[in-house]
Amino acid sequence: MSHVRKSFGPTPALKNVSFEVAPGEVHALIGENGAGKSTLMKILSGAYRPEAGQIELDGQPFVPANPLHARHSGIAMIYQELTLAPHLSVEENILLGEEPATLGWLNRPRRRKLARAALAELHHENIPLNAPVNSRTIAEQQVVEIARALIGEPKLLIMDEPTSSLTQVDTENLFGVVDRLRQRGVSVVYISHFLEECKRVCHRYTVLRDGESVGTGEMGTAGLNHIIRLMVGRDINDIYPRTPHSLGQPVLEFRALAGQIKPCSVSLTLRAGEILGIAGLVGAGRTETVRACFGLDRVKSGTVLVQSKEQTHRTPAQRLANGMGLLSENRKEEGLMLNRSLADNLTLTRYQPLSHMGFINRRSQRKAAGEWMQRLDVRAQSPAQTVGELSGGNQQKIAIGRLLHHDAKILLLDEPTRGIDVGSKAQVYKLMGALAAQGKAIIFVSSYLPELLGICDTLGVMCRGRLSAIRPVGEWTEHGIIAAAIGQPEAADK
Amino acid sequence: MSSNPPQNRVHLVALLNAVGPFFGLLLVLGLFSLSSEVRPYLFTGGNLKIILIQTVIVAIGALGMTMIIVSGGIDLSVGSVVALTSVLGATLLVRGCSPAATLMLTILAGGVVGLVNGLVVAGFRMMPFIVTLGMMGVVRGTAKWLAGNQTVNNPPGTPINDLMARLQPTELFPLPPGVWIAIGLAIIMSVVMRHTIFGRYIFAIGSNEATARLCGIRVQMHKVIIYTLAGLFFGLAGLMQLSRLTQGDPTVAVGLELDIIAAVVIGGASLNGGTGSILGSMIGALIMAVLRNGSNQMGWQNFTQEIIIGIVIILAVGLDKLRQSRTAR
Repeated sequence: MSHVRKSFGPTPALKNVSFEVAPGEVHALIGENGAGKSTLMKILSGAYRPEAGQIELDGQPFVPANPLHARHSGIAMIYQELTLAPHLSVEENILLGEEPATLGWLNRPRRRKLARAALAELHHENIPLNAPVNSRTIAEQQVVEIARALIGEPKLLIMDEPTSSLTQVDTENLFGVVDRLRQRGVSVVYISHFLEECKRVCHRYTVLRDGESVGTGEMGTAGLNHIIRLMVGRDINDIYPRTPHSLGQPVLEFRALAGQIKPCSVSLTLRAGEILGIAGLVGAGRTETVRACFGLDRVKSGTVLVQSKEQTHRTPAQRLANGMGLLSENRKEEGLMLNRSLADNLTLTRYQPLSHMGFINRRSQRKAAGEWMQRLDVRAQSPAQTVGELSGGNQQKIAIGRLLHHDAKILLLDEPTRGIDVGSKAQVYKLMGALAAQGKAIIFVSSYLPELLGICDTLGVMCRGRLSAIRPVGEWTEHGIIAAAIGQPEAADK
Repeated sequence: MSSNPPQNRVHLVALLNAVGPFFGLLLVLGLFSLSSEVRPYLFTGGNLKIILIQTVIVAIGALGMTMIIVSGGIDLSVGSVVALTSVLGATLLVRGCSPAATLMLTILAGGVVGLVNGLVVAGFRMMPFIVTLGMMGVVRGTAKWLAGNQTVNNPPGTPINDLMARLQPTELFPLPPGVWIAIGLAIIMSVVMRHTIFGRYIFAIGSNEATARLCGIRVQMHKVIIYTLAGLFFGLAGLMQLSRLTQGDPTVAVGLELDIIAAVVIGGASLNGGTGSILGSMIGALIMAVLRNGSNQMGWQNFTQEIIIGIVIILAVGLDKLRQSRTAR
């Protein structure tokens, strides 16, 4: 496609975008949030129509009229958010909308055969066809989603942030799937924030910035710093800035903490001014650990000590009153009230300074919200804007802002950088460093190893509900963390 | 300042959201005044008084229902509660209870039903739709049992009858106390919803219950309070019903809950929770009353009215969806 343009209102979302993908090529499309990746992909998949520019498919001019047309022309799309029907079976999901039938009468044996073939192609025959899709793991659901895309025999598969909710191991599996697609001659457009990943799986790349394609090249010869410079239009010398901070007294301690199912046994000591990382695979029990600590899930056994006092069983309200705050890993479903304003979201847990005898002073509420927006560099129109209209990075800043407004001393941050762009990530890292320098204690749960190694003081790895010994981050390597996460810590020595 | 125009846009959207239902009311009034037969009578003081009196019951019910719907719930038992409390009030008066005590006990009875609704919804984490659907039957049955399956007449001359009495039928003033009570409570509830922590918690729970829990709000306790408070309003609505008919009737107000829900939704609330306003609901209640009143004067039959009101509900919510999709883009 060349010189494609698309505007919404007065601001062009795409100004001048050109790139090409060869058959059997895996092409990385890289750019910060808001750079225009999604708009571009929606044009390709027929959801939007371009205002200018040409698109060619197999040398023929091509303008997809609607998503069905695009699909029948051989363009398939895997969205970042899964689009499965959760109560239907794996098999039904794979053939959804393409059910083999005669005069409306479903051909079940044929459907079964097609579904099985699609899964086999992805080397995932182990997924039971009859199981309701919501009983499978996220990674397996994604495989189902890809299998569904394969049913139409696509020539071009667009994958939007496919690994954002996958663990390291599942990500490796996905790369295998991409490789097999490539060998079949399917072209893949791979959209991702994770540059290391693009480097691993893609042949060439195109960088988008502010709706323009600003650079393209061979992945093998490109330096990561070069690509980052293209993305942000400036140098990010230090993605993981470190603010000097020192560790103080223990503020939070777990002793063999166990929940109903997970975690099984977690012990750790968090000190003031410490950033303690918890690595591990999805399902290892990291989220459950912080939820149990915060009182969202029940604690079955073990003890929690806050400021060296036993405080095991507490409600979220009591935890908040004691200066603890939790950032949910699930921003949209748990973290934020998407249809309420920024001001409401920022101040929800602490109205006291803004109110008198139960009556809220709306002006001081807006003022407080405005101050946090400025300090956190939130790009929004006003504190009255609804949170759902913001980009992921800005939403996350609002969610973190709520903990700051609450003035939490102990912060439990569960995947704080999930689904946000590189620029916002760097801001979140910087903020965490600044908080630690103020003597606040942070538990940092993440699936992304470079950031854990980049900003934590100490680190532990969870595997099957158990937390490894906490060690200074300097003693860990990526290899060692993965080995511990898959339950083979001895493999780390080799 | 480059940030000014978008900021204005946000205010404009907020303004549109606030005046949307009001505009609907003007539209309905305007359409009826197109008819030369209706126009001379529609805006007379006497007719406006009738409209206001007809609005009172739905409006008071809508005060409670707005809280419930904004918190993401629903209450289908309102019509039955109104019937029960009106029968209870009449029975108490007949047995010689003082008007003040009758007033208190009637409202309290509504609160008790609300408390039960709230406790079951919160305690067993049950769907409010189902709980209150069941309660609708339980309460209606209780009302019929209490009244022995017939109406109970108020003793003549009880001050309860004056709450909704239409004195000087050709003048707008004096308005009966019921109208003033409804207006006063609407102002209080509007302030509570917008400016108190309790009010903001109602919005938070309806907008995202998981977030509310994460933020330390005692979600289940608040639900019990919300349903109980709303029950008190429904009890008061029953008292108004009693005053208007001057008798307790166990078969009265069937389907009233749907009128009330419609008023709240026309007023801009979403059944998904998290949005809505008292002012909007009050205007929604007025729209319903004006529609009834205008249709009567047009000489339209009951079934025509029902069809028209049904269409208006769908149109109002459809327009709201359209407006929201515009503002989201």
